[in-house]
Amino acid sequence: MSAWEHFEHEADIGVRGRGATLAEAFAQAALALTAIVTDPALVAPRIPVAIRCEAPDPEFLLVDWLNALIYEMATRHMLFSCYEVRIEGDRLEATAWGEPVDRSRHQPAVEPKGATFTALQVARQGEEWIAQCVVDV
Amino acid sequence: MDIKGFERLGPCHWRLAPRGAMRVPVEIFADETLLQAMDDKVREQAENVATLPGIVRASYAMPDAHWGYGFPIGGVAAFDPDEGGVVSAGGVGFDVSCGVRCLLTGLPVEAILAVQEPLAEALFAAIPAGVGSTGQIRLSDAEMDAMLRGGARWAVAQGYGEAADLERIEEHGCMAGADPKAVSTQAKKRQREEMGTLGSGNHYLEVQRVAELYDEATAAAFGLVRDQVVVSIHCGSRGLGHQIGTEYLKEMALAAKGYGIVLPDRELACAPITSPVGQRYLGAMRAAINCALANRQILTHLTRRVFAQFFPGLSLPLLYDVSHNTCKVETHEVDGRRRTLYVHRKGATRAFGPGHPELPEALRPVGQPVLIGGSMGTSSYVLVGTKESEALAFSSACHGAGRAMSRQQALKRWQGREVVESLARRGVIVRSPSFRGVAEEAPDAYKDVSAVVDAADRAGLARKVAKLVPLVCIKG
Repeated sequence: MSAWEHFEHEADIGVRGRGATLAEAFAQAALALTAIVTDPALVAPRIPVAIRCEAPDPEFLLVDWLNALIYEMATRHMLFSCYEVRIEGDRLEATAWGEPVDRSRHQPAVEPKGATFTALQVARQGEEWIAQCVVDV
Repeated sequence: MDIKGFERLGPCHWRLAPRGAMRVPVEIFADETLLQAMDDKVREQAENVATLPGIVRASYAMPDAHWGYGFPIGGVAAFDPDEGGVVSAGGVGFDVSCGVRCLLTGLPVEAILAVQEPLAEALFAAIPAGVGSTGQIRLSDAEMDAMLRGGARWAVAQGYGEAADLERIEEHGCMAGADPKAVSTQAKKRQREEMGTLGSGNHYLEVQRVAELYDEATAAAFGLVRDQVVVSIHCGSRGLGHQIGTEYLKEMALAAKGYGIVLPDRELACAPITSPVGQRYLGAMRAAINCALANRQILTHLTRRVFAQFFPGLSLPLLYDVSHNTCKVETHEVDGRRRTLYVHRKGATRAFGPGHPELPEALRPVGQPVLIGGSMGTSSYVLVGTKESEALAFSSACHGAGRAMSRQQALKRWQGREVVESLARRGVIVRSPSFRGVAEEAPDAYKDVSAVVDAADRAGLARKVAKLVPLVCIKG
């Protein structure tokens, strides 16, 4: 089953996605990233943004994916709530759907600065994939 | 933290002998309570730093040390390029040159209390703060490069602030050796709309009352007078620094193996100082330092404009500006000889003692002001660097309180609106675009900064001068 959650880090915040596939786990981790800033349910998936990244292993790919989203959030002043992710080998192609930040409606709490290698893990656990790392805020 | 194995060198000074791959000992400055309260990860991360090539003397942790990325936050480590020493993007962190500056108003607290509410509103309107906020300044590509080379000196030349501010900033407002070419197009794009913005999270602008003086003579030299008001600004290099951190962290993590560096944690991403990537990172990181200095300089200008509306003719001179996520080239005495070292301070403040040639003439006899930010609604402190701090930890001190609980826990415990109202009852006006942000930054979500500052004082890293308490807090 797909799901996302936050996990504790003393200074910052951990994001964790779970899914039946690697791509689903990555999409859920991205939702956890949005949830650092605001409740994803408050973000209308109106505008698509295409994202591509490539990395030497799945863990670097997760960090790159989250950092690409952080970059798009920062430069477009957007939040995303829906993710379509495809992963083939060391390449990721995705569409993130969202809308511009509305400060009164989204009450954005804090901006993510970057995804880190801390508590970084991408692995299969039984029937599901897990993708996680700590995000510096 | 399990303190077994630590040798106590003083009331607030602990040493852990090298073992395994550690090249030097770990030294932590804290009283026993603070040390025990530290996460085991601090010890693990400080031990990992001690394994890096070319590290000199020890891997240090300040009294506010907590679990960071690769390096502990509150970590200090110096590396010698002649001994294969490294520069680490992880040892500087994402928010390059995040720091604090303090402006003196010379106003008695009564003058502020008479305009507290409208002043808070005017500052909140003038200072871009929080997620999605943008500044008024748009830089062309050539202007961006000039800013990255010039720092606060560039900002002053553009009309933001006074030339007199520059000598009250580390590096006299301009970090030498910045290389805008080593900064990616993405990092520059991320900064394009963020010049003169405060950011979010634990960044703030506070109007504060000088509540207590611990050292009258030094306070006088700093221009701090009991029951007068100061303004403190805490922020960093914004999107540019974050993007530089992100990109070089990955590049160094991938490159380390090629340099024969074994990373016990990928986040310790580093490269030899003399390597091409090491040199490029230094150029980019120094550009990010200049970006942070320019940003705080612009925010200072905006603050002065607001104060001028209420108090025409008021100048708000700068007491000092410190950075706490940096790697700087400094000369220190090690085993009787002067050595040029690359000193990483990750969540730690440089704290030069009296007589240091870097200090402006007016401050040289007393030492460098060390500005320690508290959490929203609690105290901040001004300390002064000591002579003995150089031998203790390459002239370094703590930087703040550190979180006592996670953002998730804070959010479960407090409502932002209630936090704002409860602080208002205590005489602190908080203005923020986000109630959720306020809840996550609630005062009790942070450790007691007073205990941290007392430990730094007792350890001799820096000496307490004054305590500041907030009257107005603008939160990102």
